[in-house]
Amino acid sequence: MTKIGLEIHCQLTNLESKLFCPCKADYRKFEPNTNICPICMGIPGSLPLLNKSAVEKATLIAMALDCRTPDKIAFFRKNYFYPDLPKNFQITQLNVYGNTSIGWEGKISVGDKEIRIRRIQLEEDPGRLIYEGATEKTKLTLVDYNRAGTPLVEIVTEPDFETPHQVREFLNILSDLLENLNVSDPGLEGAMRADANVSIEGGSKVEIKNIGSFHDLEKAVHFEITRQQSLAERKIEIIQETRHWDEGRKITVSARTKEEEAEYRYHLEADIPWVRINDDTKNQLQTHMPESISSKKKRYVSKYSITPQVADILSSDRYFSELFENAKNETNAKDVANMITTDVMGLLDTREKRNVSKLNAEHLSDLIASMKLNKITRSSAKLALDEIIKNGKPLQQIIGELDLGHVSDEEELTNIITQVLSEEIKAVEEAKQNPEIVNFLVGKVMQKTHGKADPELTLTLLKKNLAID
Amino acid sequence: MNCIKNNEFTVEEFIAESLEHINKVDEKLHAFLRINDLAIKKAKEIDAKIKSNQNVGRCYGMPISVKDNICMEGSKTTCASKVLENFIAPYTSTVISKLHSEDAIIIGKTNLDEFAMGLSTEFSAYGPSRNPWNNDCVPGGSSGGSGVSVAANECIASLGSDTGGSIRNPASFCSVVGLKPTYGLVSRYGLVSYANSIEQIGPMTKTVEDSAFLLNMISGIDPNDNTTIDNKNQDYLNNIDAGINGKKIGIVTEMTNSDGLSADVLDATNDSIKTFEKLGANCEQVSLQMVPYTVAAYYTITSTEAGSNLARYDNVRYGYELDSSGFEFNSYISQARSKLGPEVIRRMILGGFVPSAGHAGKYFLKALKVKSKLINEINYVFKKFDFLISPTVPIQPFKFGEKINDPVSFMMVDFNTVTANLTGIPAISVPYKITNGLPIGIQIMSNHLEEHSLLQAAYALEKTVDLPEVPA
Repeated sequence: MTKIGLEIHCQLTNLESKLFCPCKADYRKFEPNTNICPICMGIPGSLPLLNKSAVEKATLIAMALDCRTPDKIAFFRKNYFYPDLPKNFQITQLNVYGNTSIGWEGKISVGDKEIRIRRIQLEEDPGRLIYEGATEKTKLTLVDYNRAGTPLVEIVTEPDFETPHQVREFLNILSDLLENLNVSDPGLEGAMRADANVSIEGGSKVEIKNIGSFHDLEKAVHFEITRQQSLAERKIEIIQETRHWDEGRKITVSARTKEEEAEYRYHLEADIPWVRINDDTKNQLQTHMPESISSKKKRYVSKYSITPQVADILSSDRYFSELFENAKNETNAKDVANMITTDVMGLLDTREKRNVSKLNAEHLSDLIASMKLNKITRSSAKLALDEIIKNGKPLQQIIGELDLGHVSDEEELTNIITQVLSEEIKAVEEAKQNPEIVNFLVGKVMQKTHGKADPELTLTLLKKNLAID
Repeated sequence: MNCIKNNEFTVEEFIAESLEHINKVDEKLHAFLRINDLAIKKAKEIDAKIKSNQNVGRCYGMPISVKDNICMEGSKTTCASKVLENFIAPYTSTVISKLHSEDAIIIGKTNLDEFAMGLSTEFSAYGPSRNPWNNDCVPGGSSGGSGVSVAANECIASLGSDTGGSIRNPASFCSVVGLKPTYGLVSRYGLVSYANSIEQIGPMTKTVEDSAFLLNMISGIDPNDNTTIDNKNQDYLNNIDAGINGKKIGIVTEMTNSDGLSADVLDATNDSIKTFEKLGANCEQVSLQMVPYTVAAYYTITSTEAGSNLARYDNVRYGYELDSSGFEFNSYISQARSKLGPEVIRRMILGGFVPSAGHAGKYFLKALKVKSKLINEINYVFKKFDFLISPTVPIQPFKFGEKINDPVSFMMVDFNTVTANLTGIPAISVPYKITNGLPIGIQIMSNHLEEHSLLQAAYALEKTVDLPEVPA
């Protein structure tokens, strides 16, 4: 049986500052080595100052993953030399001398499968190394410490996955969950990273590191299973080792065995006293915990009669579900949901577009209301939406400016219809035999009015004109 | 200070005089690694404040020296190591900021054993300091330069750091008062870490009153150090002369009958017990059974933490000129770290071994067990006693080179002092006697955060002795 386990690192990107100093947690916009201070650079005499909100956010994750959580947590030093590590030790957590990490023994459902979470710990991210050319052949290594000290949550699963597909599904669910908790923006480059360990029946466990994206992770796991199976078929022993994912060649390659002999000399980080997380704090967090994606989905289906497919799409995306919650009311929920999933999502399909979008919930509920009152057609609504996203003006103003108002004036429509009928003589003849052709003529009227004509009125008038019914 | 307040002379005159004195004696004593170039300028600023009737801080221009492992913005902090030869601190430690705001003048940075590892200053990369009582003897350490600077009147007071006795040992050897406060009472922000779970900054002064005065200023909660304790601005000078009538004192048996204890030190200790009784205290023997294991536990724990704390000196982000081209990372680090001195290297090697996966159970975890049992013992005895006493150091100042080649006997010199560090309790060394021309200090320990009564006891003892002036 194939067993796959994951080790996921997720930055708490929504925090203001780093885990142990006031530097920004959002390091991405800085020039190299400008988001640093004596603490995150490990300058002699500096001391780590614990960011208490990081402890809360991490506890929230532990609770959302059904973990057991301790009454008090401690930090440990993991000692190893690496150029991206300013102190040459990482402040992290450890469950060896009692359970003092943020959480342990949790679970999460992936389809009908339950994946067990072994532990969750809070730790600091190291800096970043930038190589000249390929890692193995590099002559020059540059270090950027902007990232050093960024709050990181490490989530370790039990080896409960059996297929690369399950892994991918799990990561999607986890990523949605973290986004929904408002602790992280997994879409940001490097915000969420995962290592995998893979073993097949009778073989040793092999770790795969250095995987750039979830897409590659799925591929890497797939490759590794195939590699191990082909070794097994030829009766070659599968050795316990760490392998790196080679993005270019799409294969895993053996890392130097040196990494296997890791000796971390763990000991307590005395500069940070034990942090108590009492029941009050936990209850407080539980009360303010955002509604889970699955309960949101259930609610959308049962309360608003939204189809399960639409509810699924809507609930798993924090941005759109928030938009929905704010735009919906007793009567329009289903229409709002449909408009978001059919139109808005298409227009705002990237993070960049969402970031600059001026659309708010009020726009959306106004649009639905106007459509219901026949003030605007569906196709005009789409045009209006496009415009609103760009400039955020109120709907009424946009309808006026773009002249999107419904043409429901009989006289005006009759004039347009007369014009269409005179242009489409052939179709008019055919329509008398085949009523289906009338729809084609309705389309022509719509074209002339840029979609503003009231469809029902148009049909009635056309039929009257052609003397059919 | 009163002379300045009475306008007998200015701060500038006083500081100039101090600098001149340092100039005269320090070539021989080598208490200082560096003099603060800005001292006179600072003195002038304070004089101007006095003249214009502005509020002047409680230190009133008092010249204070600081151990060179405590950071001050814009000036070098070398830890007496070649590795930090050119390290200029980019920020100021909390203790120095507090002294600055009280208008103290940091007159210079004092010598120490490299990274505070040692008890004689013989491990300073810049040469040892000399004991002003006998220049052939060590001044103690690691805050040896601080002890000398106070004993030889080069300044009024000094700040040292104490990881296993590094304030109390040189205080005893130089015949000055040295206080190691409760762990967490004084901010360590800006103190270069050696063994961060047990070390503290503390005052070294001529009198107990001065130590209380300095503690008033440097203690208390600090947003820059998560381990600090709120002491509610306690005034340690208040009722310092309250005496110790009726107090219960435990004489730590293991510290007064150890193999390494010298007869002269024992005599002085027995004498001090009589003095305490004359002062109205009740003294009796008390056994701390973990004490014989404390030195081994201390070196195991401190080496582990030192191995971690000093790992950052890889010469990647700061340090000294060393061309990195052609080196692979690990070999570059080895090269960079070859500048560390022998004692630091010894402890780095020990620190790489005792907490390692295959050996932690036998060494590091056992040391932690000793520590936790010792804490239990201490908590228990302080239910009965107000104070514990012992000689600060089992021996008197020794000659240069006498012990440096025998690391284990060297380590045993810490026998009486490490208990306070491992348990976090405060301890003070009070000058008690001069025998054969060399000082002997008595150590008093109290329960956590009982500095106030501890200083009262030290004050009472101090008032009973009349010691000769340090030889010129």
